[in-house]
Amino acid sequence: MNSDTAPPQPLLVYHDTTVRLFAYAAVLWGVVGMAVGVLIAAQLTWPELNFGIPWLSYGRLRPLHTNAVIFAFGGCTLMATSFHVVQRTCQVPLFAPKLAQFVFWGWQAVIVAAAISLPMGYTQGKEYAELEWPIDILIAVVWVSYAIVFFGTIGVRKVRHIYVANWFFGAFILTVALLHIVNGAAIPAGWMKSYSAYAGVQDAMIQWWYGHNAVGFFLTAGFLGMMYYYIPKQAERPIYSYRLSIVHFWALIFTYMWAGPHHLHYTALPDWAQSVGMVFSLVLLAPSWGGMINGMMTLSGAWHKLRDDPILKFLIVSLSFYGMSTFEGPMMSIKTVNALSHYTDWTVGHVHSGALGWVGLVSMGCLYHLIPRMVGRTQMHSVPAIELHFWVSTVGIVLYIAAMWIAGVMQGLMWRAVNPDGTLVYSFVEGVKATWPFYLVRFTGGVLYLGGMLIMAWNVVMTARAGQRVSIPVPLAVARA
Amino acid sequence: MSETHKPTGHARIETNNLLMIVLIIAVVAVGGLVEIVPLFFQRSTTQPAPGLKPYTALQLAGRDVYLREGCYNCHSQMVRTLLSETLRYGPYSTAGEFVYDHPFQWGSKRTGPDLHRVGGKYSDEWQRLHLLNPRDLVPESNMPAYPWLLDAPVASAEMAQRMRALRRVGVPYTDAEIDSAAADTAGKTELDALVGYLQVLGTAKK
Repeated sequence: MNSDTAPPQPLLVYHDTTVRLFAYAAVLWGVVGMAVGVLIAAQLTWPELNFGIPWLSYGRLRPLHTNAVIFAFGGCTLMATSFHVVQRTCQVPLFAPKLAQFVFWGWQAVIVAAAISLPMGYTQGKEYAELEWPIDILIAVVWVSYAIVFFGTIGVRKVRHIYVANWFFGAFILTVALLHIVNGAAIPAGWMKSYSAYAGVQDAMIQWWYGHNAVGFFLTAGFLGMMYYYIPKQAERPIYSYRLSIVHFWALIFTYMWAGPHHLHYTALPDWAQSVGMVFSLVLLAPSWGGMINGMMTLSGAWHKLRDDPILKFLIVSLSFYGMSTFEGPMMSIKTVNALSHYTDWTVGHVHSGALGWVGLVSMGCLYHLIPRMVGRTQMHSVPAIELHFWVSTVGIVLYIAAMWIAGVMQGLMWRAVNPDGTLVYSFVEGVKATWPFYLVRFTGGVLYLGGMLIMAWNVVMTARAGQRVSIPVPLAVARA
Repeated sequence: MSETHKPTGHARIETNNLLMIVLIIAVVAVGGLVEIVPLFFQRSTTQPAPGLKPYTALQLAGRDVYLREGCYNCHSQMVRTLLSETLRYGPYSTAGEFVYDHPFQWGSKRTGPDLHRVGGKYSDEWQRLHLLNPRDLVPESNMPAYPWLLDAPVASAEMAQRMRALRRVGVPYTDAEIDSAAADTAGKTELDALVGYLQVLGTAKK
């Protein structure tokens, strides 16, 4: 063992094997998911790149991209960090480590099944919930196991209070289970073929209740859990406000669940539901910014660390993007703004300012903190490479979202432009033609972002190769307060 | 805080795993219950539009192709209640037109135009040529070409099973319709089926 002062009893060590595996998988799937994203961005620019081959066509690969970046890259990051954080903040090894191993291999099986079945055209036809029923059942089994390991670990904790990061991870795990089961309800019509149990308006409302909260819980609450552990750790400062964390936690998880109808403004969804959805979407700004402020202000008195710590740059800039997209979101949920923005590339830009800027950067920052510690080191192989990754990704994001904003507003204005005689000014395809240069800029931004991820992959491989598997002991003298 | 001291306020929640779990579930359940449950009982969202018929076996096969190829990634099927939309696409969509749509295909992005009122807008021949290579008819289009639909036979043998599944979730197919599904789709290609589906879209309200 690597301890100088050998205690009398055998050391209790953290179960970090699963954490390490999930962290490596996150980097791998990040590269894959973003590469598919770059390919489909190229297909929108140069449609010949669909090659007339079924499994390479845009309509099948776009779900592969979204599933890979959200559930494979995001999911593995969440599982790595939640298993790491819950052990450290409860000061016990994972509850049921064998089950935790099953969660890892089960989740990889889901990802591989998705990577094969989506290009083959097996789909339930609902965004972000495309996977067919046998895979959906596997997801449910893995997810329940994940919940047992996570809450089991909290159940055997040696620290009296459940740390704030675990509230967020817990809410994410419970809510995603609820969303997946309700939205996934379908009637099988053969092996790998099923139809949604709901139709029309009900199906649309349930889908966007699911879809918006896949954002709210998978891509927000879980990542806020990461923020609440890794930012104070990396900045070596306590969380700014305990009271704020309580208020914004409950407000956030309550309010998010009402916001789905803003995806259905001016549609056949009854007006009362649209209005309720819009009001709660506006309210959502407050708890969202509460989280951002709590994270940002944790750096108060230590802002100078931003100058030379590229990991903190990732974490703090991710919060800036979080603040920006959670301002933009409520604005786009206002019906009159939505009349312009909906169905355009503005929505795509909005999603990616959250996905690339917030989820992507905070994941990378946390993984850069976590991975060296999992192989017995204090730092990544190359710190300048982290700095380079930061700038390459940031430039990529700015190109991406600026292009999509301009393209989106332009499309919205062209679609609604009416001549004095009451006829439409532009045919639809004139809007497609005008968007071409912006698709090219977006593709370039995507290439840069993928390039940054490749730098990270190289850095992780070099760090892991020079490191060694370590067993980190659980502290014996545990504060009971 | 000492160990014997009874926690108060939020400390009661954050020191109790089970209480935390129960409260989280209760808090997140409210929004969905209020927004979703009434839709199952509201007349306007549950009654079929006058003249709306379930998809025929061939149209359903076409809809399955539409799902498989992920057309919803670029095409909406929802004409919003906005003047510019009704000018471009036709009458706005109403809830009753979708009561047989499992799943709904309203979409979220228009890289291409809305398709809810596309039924009857173009000839069958135009649709076939356009699907096989969109740029032959619309040079600026960035839509993928779907040449493989031309030769792919419809999954005739599976159509009865699919219609039975849909009947179980409320689509009123008759036994006769289900029994003749295989015969109705025999010898048809996926291109025939997809065009058949596109041509019936949104026609109940015209």
